[in-house]
Amino acid sequence: METEVVHTNFKSEEYFINMGPQHPATHGVLRLLLTIDGEIIKKVEPDLGYIHRSIEKMCERDSYQQIVHLTDRMDYLSANINNEAVCLAVENALQLEIPERVKVIRTIIGELTRISSHCLWWGVMGMDVGALTTYFYGFRDREMINDIMEETCGARLTMNYNVPGGLMLDIHPNFVKRVKDFIAHFKTKLPEYDRLLTGNVIFKKRTVGVGVLSKEDAISFGASGPVGRASGYSCDVRKHHPYSAYDKVTFNESLKTEGDTYARYLVRIQEMWESLSIIEQLIDIIPEGEHRVKTNAVIKLPKGEYFQKVETARGELGVYIISTGTKSPYRLKFRSPGFSNLSLLNHIAVGGKIGDLVATMATLDLVIPDIDR
Amino acid sequence: MILLSITENIHNWLFSVMPAEVASIVEMVLIAVVYLTVFAVAGLFLVLLERRVAAWFQLRIGPNRVGYQGLLQTMADAIKLLTKELVGTDRADKFLYNLAPYFVIITALMALAVIPFSQEFHAFDINIGIFFLIAISSIGVIGILLGGWSSNNKFAMIGAMRSGVQTISYELSVGLSLLTMVVITGTLQLSEIIEIQKSGWLIVQGHIPAVIAFMVFMISGTAETNRAPFDMVEAESELGAGFHTEYSGMKFAYFFLAEFINMFIIAAIAATVFFGGWLSPFGITESIPELGVFWFLIKTMVLVFLMMWFRWTFPRLRVDQLLTLEWKYLLPINLVNIVLMAVLVWLNLTIRL
Repeated sequence: METEVVHTNFKSEEYFINMGPQHPATHGVLRLLLTIDGEIIKKVEPDLGYIHRSIEKMCERDSYQQIVHLTDRMDYLSANINNEAVCLAVENALQLEIPERVKVIRTIIGELTRISSHCLWWGVMGMDVGALTTYFYGFRDREMINDIMEETCGARLTMNYNVPGGLMLDIHPNFVKRVKDFIAHFKTKLPEYDRLLTGNVIFKKRTVGVGVLSKEDAISFGASGPVGRASGYSCDVRKHHPYSAYDKVTFNESLKTEGDTYARYLVRIQEMWESLSIIEQLIDIIPEGEHRVKTNAVIKLPKGEYFQKVETARGELGVYIISTGTKSPYRLKFRSPGFSNLSLLNHIAVGGKIGDLVATMATLDLVIPDIDR
Repeated sequence: MILLSITENIHNWLFSVMPAEVASIVEMVLIAVVYLTVFAVAGLFLVLLERRVAAWFQLRIGPNRVGYQGLLQTMADAIKLLTKELVGTDRADKFLYNLAPYFVIITALMALAVIPFSQEFHAFDINIGIFFLIAISSIGVIGILLGGWSSNNKFAMIGAMRSGVQTISYELSVGLSLLTMVVITGTLQLSEIIEIQKSGWLIVQGHIPAVIAFMVFMISGTAETNRAPFDMVEAESELGAGFHTEYSGMKFAYFFLAEFINMFIIAAIAATVFFGGWLSPFGITESIPELGVFWFLIKTMVLVFLMMWFRWTFPRLRVDQLLTLEWKYLLPINLVNIVLMAVLVWLNLTIRL
């Protein structure tokens, strides 16, 4: 009698799935082409362009004052820092002497923006791993910052507070008091974040060891911001190329070496503490003086190439201007942090489950208009 | 007693005006209609409760505009869903696609039949009550599998497959944790289980193994109803809406309602088996049996609240971690627990008041 084993025909099949452009986890109109085998991810292919608005092309048409307004619409969560980048680039090109007061206020506003962006990220991160309550906690604290912004800048999301040469308006008389109130409030709320999510055993299971990015890969993929720093790549522009008032304050660059989703999470939480400490150091020493230096109504940059980078909430934003001496740039290029960070996704998500992909993507903290521009 | 006399009057009247066979069929239909109405409304109330509890956890107010404190909000939602067009997918398996919601809602409502709400308010007191509950609750997953499979949608199918894996695994734990308690009672009939608890609730009688069984039951019960932190099936941030992505209108409402009724059933079973069902604590209202419903609902609602608390606090597990939890932790704990309970009963170490 012959015996034969007949189980060799059992094989699995890969299939495509479209995650997005309308999907709760992509937080915008990003489309991911997933190749999946059961639950295991074989390939992630981001498909961009659903919210492309040709911002860089529009910059070639507009004056430098107008360009600042366009930058709000890229990474809308760190609008102020984007504004600052263009303003700094223009000011450096014109070799304007910026008052100390402006520098300090820009730094404070920038750090407030960073905290508000991280608050939103924290809420959404929780939501992506299934803890829906975090969303509202994050928004509660973000709301206070938005109120401060509304009072001082006149807008809550796209502030346009910076102009080449300084600030559009001086700070509101309530500003200092309200920021101090916020610091006191947020210092009691940040530990609450930890209690709700950071130490949670399910959350740790979902994030520790998931989506690991090595330091070498982080550098070669051009990762920046918390994503790079979680892999041990010291890339904080505020530390290495200080702008505004960052050379006057002491703060730690939050570095981790694990490079997994949990490390990226912790880096951002740590950054909120650091931002608080930066604001605390500056809020009492805002110098008196002008809030703006006079510039020509039509700004013409001297012929040449100019580059300025800043640290947004997501990483390194570079502004590269080529001027031919006219009122608008010949070419303007933004190096956005989200774009390079997204390029990592395929590298670190392959081999994980669908749930891992969502958690990993949450800690890359993608803002889609920043990627598409 | 009042309730009993009303039902007895109706019973007598029915049997006096028509032949016995017809009368009992009419009676069954009447009871079914009453149950359907009561639990459809109760399900809507649970939805509202969940929304208000979630709002309370999340620094919100929640629905409070329609009716007093929003009491009619979910009614309005249900009416809206009833009147909405049923939009389905092209090239779906129409027969199975239409059948799936009924599987889910019918099994949910069938399980209610054996639950004793009070001494009299107990539609179907069979001697295999617990077995019936476990058996019925496993049929619900067929509806979810069919719905996900026939929708012609990959996300729905992933959700359905996850659901199959999850419900089949966690059924073991639900069953075994209930069997642990059956070891003490020696009966599967729910009314007798409550009778036995007159000398102390089972969670007290069985002390250590009973507490373990209760915890295992609550965890696996939450998993069985596909609620967070075990909501792999829907997993909003991963699969959109999971298995019911392609359902709209009243069919979607059936799935939605079934989830809440299932949650109520799990809480009701836990209240009955572990916390004495309609018995009052320490027998304080033993002389007024009408209060049984009140005590039963209090116990059930506390457990329902516990499950809502899970949902709005915990992140979601990943699908492989879900299975690890069941097969590597809950199941072995359960098996050891049954033996422990058996030894306890054998050595007569249970606590009887």
